[in-house]
Amino acid sequence: MSPRPGFILDVDKSTPPVLFWHGEGFRMEKLPTGSRVVYPPEALPPLKDPLGAIVNALENPVGESDPLSSLLFADMRLTIAFDDLSLPLPSMESPDIRQLVIEQILDLAASKGVDDVVLVAALALHRRMTESELRHILGDRIYDSFAKMGRLTQHDAEDPSNMIHLGLTDKGEDVEINKRAATSDLLIYVNVNLVSMDGGHKSVATGLASYKSLRHHHNVKTMVHSKSFMDRDKSQLHSSNWRMGRLIKEAGVKIFQIETTLNTNTFPESFSFLQKREWEWNLRDRASFVGASTALQKSPPWLSRKVLHTIRSPYQLTGITAGEVEAVHDITIQNVYKQQLVEVHGQTDILTMGLPYIGPYNVNSIMNPILVYCLGLGYFFNMYRGMPLVRKGGVLILSHPTRREFDPTFHPSYIDFYDNVLADTTDPLEIESKYENSFATDPWYIHLYRTGHAYHGVHPFYMWYWGAHALDHLGGVIILGGDPKTVHRLGFMSASTMPDALEMAQSVVGPDPSLTHLHSPPLLMADVK
Amino acid sequence: MIVDRLTGKAVFITGSTGFLGTALVEKLLRTIPGCQLYLLIRPGRTTNAENRVQKELLKNDCFDLLREQFKDRFDEEISARIHPVSGDVVSDGLNLHPSDRKLLSECDIIIHSAASVSFDSPLDQAIEVNLCGPRRVAEAVIDARNEFGITKPVHLIAISTAYVAGRRRGLSPELPLSDTPFSIELDWRSEVKAARSLRADIELKSRDPKTLEIFRKKAANELGAAGVPLLVVKQEKLRIQWIHDEMVRAGIARATSVGWPDAYAYTKALGEKALLEKQDQIPLTIVRPSIIESAMLEPRPGWIRGFRMAEPIIISYARGLLKEFPGVPEGVIDVIPVDMVAAAIVAVAAKGPRSSSPEIFQVASGSRNPLKYATLVNHVRTWFQEHPLYDSDGQPIMIPDWSFPGRGRVQAQLEKTSKFLQALEQATGMLPIRGEQASFIVDIEKKRQAVDNALGYVELYGTYAETDAIFQVDNLLSLYQSLDEQEKSHFAFDPALIHWETFIREIHLPSVVQHARVKTTPSKRPANSRVDRNLNLILSKERHLAVFDLENTIISSNVVDTYAWLASRRLPRFKKALFAMDLALQGPSLLALDRKDRGDFLRAFYRKYEGARPQRLEKDSQEFFNAYLLKKSFPAAIERVRRHRSLGHKTLLITGALDFVLEPLKPLFDDIICAELEIGDNGLYKGRSLAVPPTGEARASILASYAAENSLKLSESVAYADSTSDLPMLEAVGYPVCVNPEPKLATIARKRGWHIEQWDKAKGLPPIYLPIGRSM
Repeated sequence: MSPRPGFILDVDKSTPPVLFWHGEGFRMEKLPTGSRVVYPPEALPPLKDPLGAIVNALENPVGESDPLSSLLFADMRLTIAFDDLSLPLPSMESPDIRQLVIEQILDLAASKGVDDVVLVAALALHRRMTESELRHILGDRIYDSFAKMGRLTQHDAEDPSNMIHLGLTDKGEDVEINKRAATSDLLIYVNVNLVSMDGGHKSVATGLASYKSLRHHHNVKTMVHSKSFMDRDKSQLHSSNWRMGRLIKEAGVKIFQIETTLNTNTFPESFSFLQKREWEWNLRDRASFVGASTALQKSPPWLSRKVLHTIRSPYQLTGITAGEVEAVHDITIQNVYKQQLVEVHGQTDILTMGLPYIGPYNVNSIMNPILVYCLGLGYFFNMYRGMPLVRKGGVLILSHPTRREFDPTFHPSYIDFYDNVLADTTDPLEIESKYENSFATDPWYIHLYRTGHAYHGVHPFYMWYWGAHALDHLGGVIILGGDPKTVHRLGFMSASTMPDALEMAQSVVGPDPSLTHLHSPPLLMADVK
Repeated sequence: MIVDRLTGKAVFITGSTGFLGTALVEKLLRTIPGCQLYLLIRPGRTTNAENRVQKELLKNDCFDLLREQFKDRFDEEISARIHPVSGDVVSDGLNLHPSDRKLLSECDIIIHSAASVSFDSPLDQAIEVNLCGPRRVAEAVIDARNEFGITKPVHLIAISTAYVAGRRRGLSPELPLSDTPFSIELDWRSEVKAARSLRADIELKSRDPKTLEIFRKKAANELGAAGVPLLVVKQEKLRIQWIHDEMVRAGIARATSVGWPDAYAYTKALGEKALLEKQDQIPLTIVRPSIIESAMLEPRPGWIRGFRMAEPIIISYARGLLKEFPGVPEGVIDVIPVDMVAAAIVAVAAKGPRSSSPEIFQVASGSRNPLKYATLVNHVRTWFQEHPLYDSDGQPIMIPDWSFPGRGRVQAQLEKTSKFLQALEQATGMLPIRGEQASFIVDIEKKRQAVDNALGYVELYGTYAETDAIFQVDNLLSLYQSLDEQEKSHFAFDPALIHWETFIREIHLPSVVQHARVKTTPSKRPANSRVDRNLNLILSKERHLAVFDLENTIISSNVVDTYAWLASRRLPRFKKALFAMDLALQGPSLLALDRKDRGDFLRAFYRKYEGARPQRLEKDSQEFFNAYLLKKSFPAAIERVRRHRSLGHKTLLITGALDFVLEPLKPLFDDIICAELEIGDNGLYKGRSLAVPPTGEARASILASYAAENSLKLSESVAYADSTSDLPMLEAVGYPVCVNPEPKLATIARKRGWHIEQWDKAKGLPPIYLPIGRSM
C-alpha cells in the first residue's frame, strides 16, 4: 500500500481533540467547528538497499562531476565535511546516515592510497559537539581512528589561522571559510537534508564560514526578505549563499557534494501515536499516549527532557545524490518536497501549532525561550511555499510551556541576551544595530565557543533574526500554556487555555476568524495556493 | 507684656539641639524679635559649635516658618541673633572659654534644657547630665557674675520633668519634692559618688577571664570563622556594650529601689534637689513638663524631632509586632504638645523669678484635660484601621485587638516568645543552609529583635501607662490667666485647649507615621529603594576594583567536588561507585575540618593530588569546567563580573581553588589569585601548595597589596563573598556584597546595610547529586 499524501481535515462536531506538542509533553485541544487541520503525508518508503544506493551515488554523480573513485589519488589532501548534530531531529538511530556515507568514502580513499584525510564538523557558529555526540554521528570506528590523531576536527570560526578569505561576491559579500577545507585537493561534503532550507551551497558557504562572512546573510534585512527561507528561489538567504558558493567554486575549491534525504518515520514504536491521525488511533496508541503524556506531565521538566532526548528516530533513507552542488541539490529538494509538501488552498486568520521539546539548537539540552521563539516564528512559520499559511496581520498561536530555563554550558550568551537585550527591546532591527557587535566580538563568549561547548555569542541574535519575517507579517503571537512573565519578555501574549487564546486572537483579527492547525509531527510544509 | 519684658534681653540656653530646645529657640526667634540667644553647644569630635548649630538646629524643618518669613534674609537675621557658645554641662564650669564666661555673666535669663532624656541611659551618664548638670549651670553663672562683678538681675529656669514625682498616686503639687508629703531623704552627693565608682567596678568585672570567655563565645557564634583580628575587635565591642548594659541595669535598679520608675526620673528629681540648694545665690524657677509630643500648632501642626517614647510603641503596634501594651483603660496618659511647653517657658521667663522662694510650674494635661488610656488606644486603633501600614509584599497589616492586659502578663508572654525565637535561631543557625533559606533565619532574627524591642518598651515605658499621679497645674494656669487676650493666642499653653481626637488623629499619628518612614501605600517596593540605590553605587563608574570569591559566590561548588570529579574521571564504572561511597563516608570529618580551619582543610585536599600528572589534570579540568562547573555556576554572577569589566573596573578572583581548575575561567577576570601546587623533579605534582592558601584574613591582606600595587583604592572597591570567613575581605572594601550568604553573614549584612544578592544556578538542569566525573 503506497503511503497516503497529506490531508486537510475540516473540523466538525464529531472531530476528536487534536494533538499539540507542548514542549516536553502534549496537549489535546478541541478546535472550533470549521477549522482546518493540515496533516502531513505518511512516511515515504525507504530505499531498499541503502548501502548499495550510497555506492551507486558515489560512482554515478550528477552534474559536471567525475565519479568519486576517479577524484581520489594518493598524496592528495582530502577533507570530508559533515553536518553537525542539529540534523536530523531527533538524532537518528545508529548507524547515522553520515557514518554510512563517510565509511564508504574512507574505504574508497584507502583503496586509492589517500593518507591525508581530515574530517571537519561543519559547525559554523554552532557549539562544538561532545565526544559521545561525535561518536553517535560517525560511529566508534571512525571516531577512534581519527580523533586520537587529531584528524577529526570541529570547525572553529574564531581561529584566524584556520580561516581563508576567498574574495568578495559581486554584491560585496566576504567569503571566508575553513582553510583546510578550501585548500584541499578535494572537499567532500556529507549532508542530511531534513528540510528544504538545508544543503546546496549553504552547506559549505555557511557551515564552514566565519562570522565575517555569515553576517552578510544572517541579518534582519535578508531574513525579512526571505519569503520563506524554506523556499530557495524566494529566499535572499539562499541567493547570498549561492553567490558565495559560486565564488568558492571560481576560487578553485573542488567540492564533491553528497546530499541525503530521509523519510518522516520520526518516532519509534512506543511513540507511534505521534505519527498517526487522532481518529485512527487504536487501543495501543491510546494507551501509549495516556501512559506517555501522564508520565511526562508528572515528571519534573528536566526528567521529561532527559527521557525525550534519548529518543532515536528510526529515519530511513529516501534518496542520496552526489556530484556537483547545484545539480545535486535540485534533485534533493524534489525528494524533500515529495515527502513534506501538502497543498493548502487559501490563507487563514489564525494559525495554530504545537512546539516540540527539540529544535536544531537544543539537542541534548534545554529549549530556552529564545529557541522557542525561533522554532515557532523562524522554522515552523516558514514551512510554506507560495505564501504564508496565515494571512498578513493574522495571529499565530504556539503551544509551549516557555519556561525561563537556560543551559549555561551550551547557551551562555542566550542568558545575557534574554536578561539584558530583550529587557530593552524586542525589535530585530534595533537589537541588531545596538547589541549584535558587542556580543559577536565578546572575548568571553568566543572563549566558551572555542574551548567549551557554547554557541557563539552572536547566535541568539540569529535566532531572533530568523523570526523577523514572521514578526513583520503577523498581527500577534500568543503562546498557549506559556509562562506569562517569560512570554511577555519575548514580546508576546500568553493564554492558559485555547478558548482564551482564541478570544485574544479575535481582538486582533476580528470576529469569526478562520483557523488552521499545522499538525506536526512529523514535519510538513504547506504549499499555499 | 511678654514681648516687652523680653525685648533687649540676653538669653542663655543649654540643650538647644534637643526636641524641646529646638522648639524653644524657634519660638523665641519668632515671637520675641528683640532678644539675643546664646546657645551652649558641645563641640563634636569633628565639628565645632558653629557647625552644629547650622547642621543640627537651623537645618531642622522647625525653622521652615521663619525661613519663609525672612526668605533670603534668613541667614543674616538668624546669625545676628544666635550666638553659639562652645561648652558642655558635664564639666564643672561648663568648659567655657574666658570670653564666653563674660558673655554668660551678662545674660539676663538662663534656660537649662540639656538633659539625658533616654530612659535607658547608663546610670553615671544620667547622673552627670541630669543630676549634676543643673547645679553646674547655676554655679557657672554665679561664678561668672562674681568674676566680672555683674550685679544686674538674673533668672535661671531649669527644665525638669513632672515624673520626678515618681511612683506616687494621687495629686502631685507644683512644689519642691522636699515639701511634698511623700519625699524620701536622699543625699545626692553620695548617689553621685556611688555611681562614679560603680563604673570602675563594672569595668574591672568586664575584664574577668570568665566574663571575657563569654564575649569570646558570643563573638565566635556571631561571626563564625571570620579570623582572629575580626573576632578580637568584636570581642572588645561586646565588652564595651556589656559595660554599658550593666550601667543601664544599675540605673534602673537604683531608681526603682528608691521609688522612681527609671534612672531618668530619679536623676532629674535629685537634680532639682541639688539645684535648689543654690536658691539663695541665684533666683530660680523650675518647669516640669510631662510627656512631650508633637506640636499642636507651632511651628506647624505635627512638628516633631527625633523618635520619642510613644512613637516606637505606636509603630510597633501598627506593624502588628506589639500585640499588647500594658495599661489600665481608665488610667491617664499625660501627654503635652511641645509648642505648649515652649510657650510656657517663654511666659515664665517673661514673668521673672518669684522673690520669696523658687517657683515651680508643671506643664501637663492630666489634671486639666485628662486623656484616658482607653481613649488614646481607641483613636490609635481606629486610625490604623483606616490608614493601615503595608508589609513588604504590599499587603495591609492587620492590627491586633487591645485587651488592656496587666504588665506582668504581657512581659511574661513576650519573654517566652523571645526565648523561643532565640532557641529557634540558634538551632537553625547550625544547619548548613544558605541563600534563600538563610534569609528565613534572618527573618527569625528580625522577629526576635522586634519582640525584644517590644519587651524593652514594656519594661521601660510600662509604668508611664500605669501612673496614677495627677500633676497639678495651678501655677501654670494663673500664669496663663495673667496674659492679655492677644498674648493668650500667641502663647497658648492652657492644656484645656487640646482637643484630643483632633490632636491624635489629625496631628500626631500622621506625623509619627511620616517620621517612621513606614510603608503607607500598597506598592510592592518603593521606587528607588535602598536596594536599587546600593546596586547603582556598586555599578557606578567610580568604582576601581571588583573582587570575587569563587565557591558559592560564582559557582555552587567547592574543593571537595572538584577533587572528587577529577579523581573519578578516569575510573572504571564500578570503581566510581566505590569511590563515591568512600567520599560520602569521609564527608562528616571533612566538614568538621573545614569548620575548624579552612587552611588545614585545603592543605588536606592539596595532598590528595600528590603524584598527579599536570597535563592530564589540565585536560580533565577543561572537561570538568564544561560538564560540571558551568552547570553549577550562577549565570548572574558571571554576568556581574562581566558588567564590572565593561564598566572599566578591574576584576579579581581570590580563591583557595587550584590554578589548573581555574584555567578555563581565566578570560573572565583581569587577574586570578589562587593556589598552585609544587611540581617535583619527576614532573608530577607534589601535593603541596607553593604558598599559604588564600583564605580568611590572608585574603584581606592579599587584596590590600594587590590594590596597592595597582594603585586602586579599596574604599572605592566592591567585594563579593558568601561566608563569615570572608568578613575581613568584605570589611576591607567600601562596597561589600554578600552573595547567598550563610545565616550569620546574612544577619551581619542586614545590620550593616550591606547589599545582598541571591544568585541561583540555571534552572531546568537535572540535579547533580554526586560529583563523579564522566565525559560529556
